[in-house]
Amino acid sequence: MQFLIGMYINPAVLDALTDEEKAAIGAGHGAFIEALKESGELITTQALVDPSQAAVVSVRNGQPVVTDGPFLESKEYLGGFYLVDCENRERAIELAARIPDAAIEGLAIEVRQVMFADGQLEA
Amino acid sequence: MTIPAIEDLLRELTPQVLGALVRRYGHFEECEDAVQEAVLAAAVQWPAGGMPDNPRGWLVTVASRRLIDQMRSDQARRERESATAAEAAPEVPDVDDTVVLLFLCCHPTLTPASQTALTLRAVGGLTTAEIARAFLVPEATMAARISRAKQRIRAAGGSFEPPRGAEREERLRVVLHVLYLIFNEGYTASSGAALHRADLAHEAIRLTRMVHARLPGDGEVTGLLALMLLTHARRDARTTAAGDLVPLAGQDRTKWDRGLIDEGAGLVKVALAGPVLGPYLLQAAIAATHADAASAEETNWAQVHALYLILERIAPNPMVTLNRAIALAETEGPSAGLALLSTLDEDGRLAGHHRLLSVRAHLLEKAGDAAGAYAYYRRAAKATASIAEQRYLESQAGRLKT
Repeated sequence: MQFLIGMYINPAVLDALTDEEKAAIGAGHGAFIEALKESGELITTQALVDPSQAAVVSVRNGQPVVTDGPFLESKEYLGGFYLVDCENRERAIELAARIPDAAIEGLAIEVRQVMFADGQLEA
Repeated sequence: MTIPAIEDLLRELTPQVLGALVRRYGHFEECEDAVQEAVLAAAVQWPAGGMPDNPRGWLVTVASRRLIDQMRSDQARRERESATAAEAAPEVPDVDDTVVLLFLCCHPTLTPASQTALTLRAVGGLTTAEIARAFLVPEATMAARISRAKQRIRAAGGSFEPPRGAEREERLRVVLHVLYLIFNEGYTASSGAALHRADLAHEAIRLTRMVHARLPGDGEVTGLLALMLLTHARRDARTTAAGDLVPLAGQDRTKWDRGLIDEGAGLVKVALAGPVLGPYLLQAAIAATHADAASAEETNWAQVHALYLILERIAPNPMVTLNRAIALAETEGPSAGLALLSTLDEDGRLAGHHRLLSVRAHLLEKAGDAAGAYAYYRRAAKATASIAEQRYLESQAGRLKT
């Protein structure tokens, strides 16, 4: 079963962390990625730029309209994700709990099963 | 022998040869390399130079020689000691090595995903890339999973001996479960748009046939093979040309594969005469009952219900009860089915499961509660992870929208 483990970040919460805490998060993700690779459960992981860099695109009367993002006005944003292939939902939740963000108040981890996939495997 | 015939033969012999080597020498990974080299040599030499009298013996001898050379050179590098226990000329043993290899691949220290991957790799002879494609993961992910499985087997140590007695019986159940998982993965993709991943279903049937040929007296092996054949027989009727799902009751039964049904039903008949009534055999008997009816209306629901009742007793499982509720609704009316379903509400294993929601919708509709059925079809559509199933459930809800 494939799951997307989404990491919702709050820039204000991240800014308030000490350098040591930030370093520990980075190291925690590094170790998590290695463990997932070794167990054969990692499909891919990606982190996204700051939401202030987002562009919101729509097409009106056939013309593209681009405005500065983000689309959702919220304190929390999708900061990145892990795409994993694991035994079941319980295992996905167990993996999610190992992500350092999960232990930080104000950040959130969301687990959702994948319903359709195409493309990325041909590369 | 033609080249395709040689390739088929090599595919059949590879797991036997690997099993023979592993049983004799241990060192799964090294054996696998040696067998691959021997198979490669055969693929080059046999079409040109002719077949050996005993192809399996040839492969065992060549692979053993490579393995011993490899072990010797490894050992020589470590210490100057050339004699090894592996030096004796290998004889071809009578115990079936394909089964030995299956037992090894389904080692209890492995997760089902690893057991599945390793079985397809070592016994099925699929490449890592093929397995990765079938399971919709990148090759690197699958390669890591397979190499981890081999490491675990190595770490478990000393367990290359095939299990005996009760442990053997237990391991055989694991093997059957792994084959069942492979089949299911091919039959209904657990995620994604493709409803059929026929290659995996074919492979599962091929491997189960192989096990059945070696253990023809085992009722559950026979039952599993029959279940696969009877299920696979419906493949062309299960979807429309547009890829939409067609439920059992709505399937055009003339599209069912009669050859597979006859073979499956024949196996069920033989196995039912045996001493043991196991879960696979019962499920196959249920599938055979459906296959017996020329239309959904002509189904012998009393027999289907009775078989589910036995299945529920020998292997209690909320999914079985759920299926029994459908049969019960057919024999005693939808309210009896709904009453049985309500006993499942307490069961955490099935709470919010799309099958529970969709069966309730179906029975509510039969009972005349269109609004209730609509609401449950909608909930079921949200709960499923299959796009084809979601489309079907949405269309059911759409039909009832007032």
